[in-house]
Amino acid sequence: MTALIGEKMTGGYGGADILHSCTVGVHTGEIAVIVGPNGAGKSTAMKAVFGMLPLREGKVVLDGKDITQMSPQDRVREGMAFVPQTKNVFTSMTVEENLEMGAFIRDDDIQETMEQVFTLFPILKEKRRQPAGELSGGQRQQVAVGRALMTKPKLLMLDEPTAGVSPIVMDELFDRIIEVARSGIAVLMVEQNAKQALNIADKGYVLVQGRNRYTDTGEALLANPDVRRAFLGG
Amino acid sequence: MEDILNAFVLLSNFVLIPALAYGSQLALGALGVTLVYGILRFSNFAHGEIMSFGAMSAILVMWGFQASGVSIAPLPTVLLALPFGILATIAMLLIVDRSVFRYYRKKRAAPVILLIASAGVMFFLNGLVRFIIGPDDQRVVDGERFIIRVREFKQMTGLDQGLALKTSQGISVLAAIVCVGLLFWFLNHTRSGKSMRAYSDNEDLALLSGVNPDRVVLYAWILAGSLAAIAGTLYGLDKSYKPFTFLQLLLPIFAAAIVGGIGSPIGATVGGFVIAFSEVTVTYAYKRFLAYMVPDSWAPEGLAQLLSTDYKFAVSFMILVIVLIVRPTGIFSGKTL
Repeated sequence: MTALIGEKMTGGYGGADILHSCTVGVHTGEIAVIVGPNGAGKSTAMKAVFGMLPLREGKVVLDGKDITQMSPQDRVREGMAFVPQTKNVFTSMTVEENLEMGAFIRDDDIQETMEQVFTLFPILKEKRRQPAGELSGGQRQQVAVGRALMTKPKLLMLDEPTAGVSPIVMDELFDRIIEVARSGIAVLMVEQNAKQALNIADKGYVLVQGRNRYTDTGEALLANPDVRRAFLGG
Repeated sequence: MEDILNAFVLLSNFVLIPALAYGSQLALGALGVTLVYGILRFSNFAHGEIMSFGAMSAILVMWGFQASGVSIAPLPTVLLALPFGILATIAMLLIVDRSVFRYYRKKRAAPVILLIASAGVMFFLNGLVRFIIGPDDQRVVDGERFIIRVREFKQMTGLDQGLALKTSQGISVLAAIVCVGLLFWFLNHTRSGKSMRAYSDNEDLALLSGVNPDRVVLYAWILAGSLAAIAGTLYGLDKSYKPFTFLQLLLPIFAAAIVGGIGSPIGATVGGFVIAFSEVTVTYAYKRFLAYMVPDSWAPEGLAQLLSTDYKFAVSFMILVIVLIVRPTGIFSGKTL
């Protein structure tokens, strides 16, 4: 089932368009990865899906509902969760408080969801009373993802979750992201580490200059000699 | 031995107790500055006048109570009027926010522009307060003035030195403990308090989490207004109420907030006492204290006073400058709640 589709999105921050009829989408329980060279509009596409970029054309549909005109805050209520690339935790607040803030819009009991997050990231349970600012880069990313999961989203969006973490931590994070997807959440992420990301992707989008260049399964993209030569370093 | 006791009592009477009371008042004032800085992200120069407005409102209501014979003796009547002062201050702040600060907030103006706007509000409030209550000194104190009197203390202990604890001083310290306790409980254990800390820490992420910015700003003004009204009234109760003093009080209050680390409530509390104790210890004349502590032949002829009390505001100014040069983030590395 298609959880999300951003269809033929065209727009920019005023002035020239950055995205040109760009389409990205993801099914429930799957991982879609947006890759591409610097300045390809990867993060911009993500922002467009989340409503942080005004669209001139195209639409965004979440679970069959057109949400193109909604503000980011309303999209969170509709079941979108977004993990920004930087400044994605409350550094002065404890891990537990970060997770509580993630669930701020919920009025029901959040304890169960918090336990699920702690099962997914056991280290967070251990450090629940520590300020998030005192954690390592990889642990912070776990807090950030955990915070986003607290709303029980249908769609989890990650903007370069592995930026600035070591390769070992990166593999670990990818494993967790696969687990998240298997639990029935659609995952859409932007990644610099294209090869590793496409490895775990059910669907891959290669963007160049705000346009879809290649769209295929992760496997097929990795096997495609053109993609390998141009974007994956051979 | 008795000399040492006498010296200690002397120091308590003239340094410890006054500094604790003054520090409590500064801490309450600095907490308001820090909260507004953390949430609205500008230094609110009007804070001294907000305190003044709060104290004035409480005094006006107090006069009403006194005229109709309502009293809570032995406690000062102004305490009964304080809740009305708090409400009046909050109402005034919400009107000011709506008519001045909100405009610049919606325009996403730079913090310095909000700061200048707050200076405008400061002058306006200063004028308004003097227009309403007049520029003169107002006596706030009534009821039982002392918890411990000098003579009673001497009789009780048999020491040469007396010790006085004014009701206003006791109330100041008690009020500071209660207010700071409640504030920290609110910030650390309630949903609204946590949303304020989150908003102060990382505005964008707080918005993503569904925190309503207007709500957080409203909380900030309510808390700042309450703390300011309490601090202003206590200061008036302890010294006397005069509109002009609050202009001068702005410096030690900002010094307290910055020394502690602006944006940090713990910092503002500690900073308030740091400033108060520095001011009082530096301007106190140690002649009599030394006379008790050292042999007679060593006793100083002068006052043994580091700085005349006229220069007490220079102390907070110097501390402010030193902190900004040596450790600009303050003791508790501020900028977030």
